[in-house]
Amino acid sequence: MALLRRDLARLLLGGRGGGALLPVLFFLSVSMLYPFAVGPDAPLLAKTGGGVIWVAALLAAILPLDRLVEPDIEQGLFDQWVLRGISEELVIAVRVFAHWLSFGPPLMLAALPAAALLGLDGHSLRIVEIGLLAGTPGLAALGVTVAALTSGLRGGAALSGLLVIPMAIPVLIFGAGSLGTGGESGLALTAAASLVLIAIAPFAGGAAVRASRG
Amino acid sequence: MQGAVVSATDLACRRGDRLLFAGLSLALGKGEAMQIAGHNGIGKSSLLRILAGLAPAFEGTIAVDGAVGLLDERPALDPALPLGRALAFWQRLDGAGGEDHLRRLGLTTLLDVPVRYLSTGQKKRAAFARLLGQGAKVWLLDEPLNGLDGHAVELAEAITAEHCASGGVAVIASHQPFRLPGLRTLHLSEFTA
Repeated sequence: MALLRRDLARLLLGGRGGGALLPVLFFLSVSMLYPFAVGPDAPLLAKTGGGVIWVAALLAAILPLDRLVEPDIEQGLFDQWVLRGISEELVIAVRVFAHWLSFGPPLMLAALPAAALLGLDGHSLRIVEIGLLAGTPGLAALGVTVAALTSGLRGGAALSGLLVIPMAIPVLIFGAGSLGTGGESGLALTAAASLVLIAIAPFAGGAAVRASRG
Repeated sequence: MQGAVVSATDLACRRGDRLLFAGLSLALGKGEAMQIAGHNGIGKSSLLRILAGLAPAFEGTIAVDGAVGLLDERPALDPALPLGRALAFWQRLDGAGGEDHLRRLGLTTLLDVPVRYLSTGQKKRAAFARLLGQGAKVWLLDEPLNGLDGHAVELAEAITAEHCASGGVAVIASHQPFRLPGLRTLHLSEFTA
């Protein structure tokens, strides 16, 4: 489908924003800096490393927010889609998927070297990877929703970052928490929180885009 | 009115607290064109957006029969992409080949240039190419001549005339004269509240 192709070309390969590379590099640099900051205490690193990976993943997901929705409203693309019978909801749903593809799988790959840097063992790494797989789609949905809500506002980029963080807490608690309990229940709750966000995103985002059109 | 492609009855438009116009009715049949005239800020663009179904009318009803193409000050082309690829995106959605349009609008040499480097007039011509490719029956043109040079103005008028001659409908919001055979003019100032 043409929409998905355009979204992927824009978000994955990305033009000015650096595409998928920037969040990954950001994520890796956080994982690299953390051991320097807390010192070479291997047990401590291994214990807290999983949480750091989660925080870094959340921050990396926030990076491209300002160019997720707003440019398309500004350029009149949403108007043209609506005239062709393509609803805002569909556009937002496609964008959630494209946004996730642009940072979810790359971060899961980048989590491998990050786990090595932080000294995570194989078991923790596996839980982190499954957790990221369950949690990042929710973060993507949340990011697109908030980007749609704040489009057209002055300082929208900074605001959207601030809005995403509290709303991402459930995913973060369950995702990072599953490391402590070592359990499937945490992962299941991460997936549940993620699903709720994905289910809401097209409708909330679509309504936000429609409201901003005025 | 029977057989009207675009019709509006008792339309009123409110912007914030201000009533821009009220009691506006119009009807356009096959092949007809109408210019919406009036000074800046009188509500020409708002009227077009209401007709397009993109904005709600404060009062009144509209009926549009057929696909709507909108051309306004935003070309709806990715600024970062070369023109050819930005237009190709719409071609894939609209499913029409546009080689002839591009040649006619003098865009063939610009296809490798990123949209953000194009001049206002070039962007407008690109938007015309997008509109032609869409093949919509109803054209809503918001200041279609802005930024166009003399030659391009004639081209835009000829393209619109052909669209109407083949049974299409055009509503043109502009404060500039638009030369088109059989063009009716609606002065929005007659309906201001």
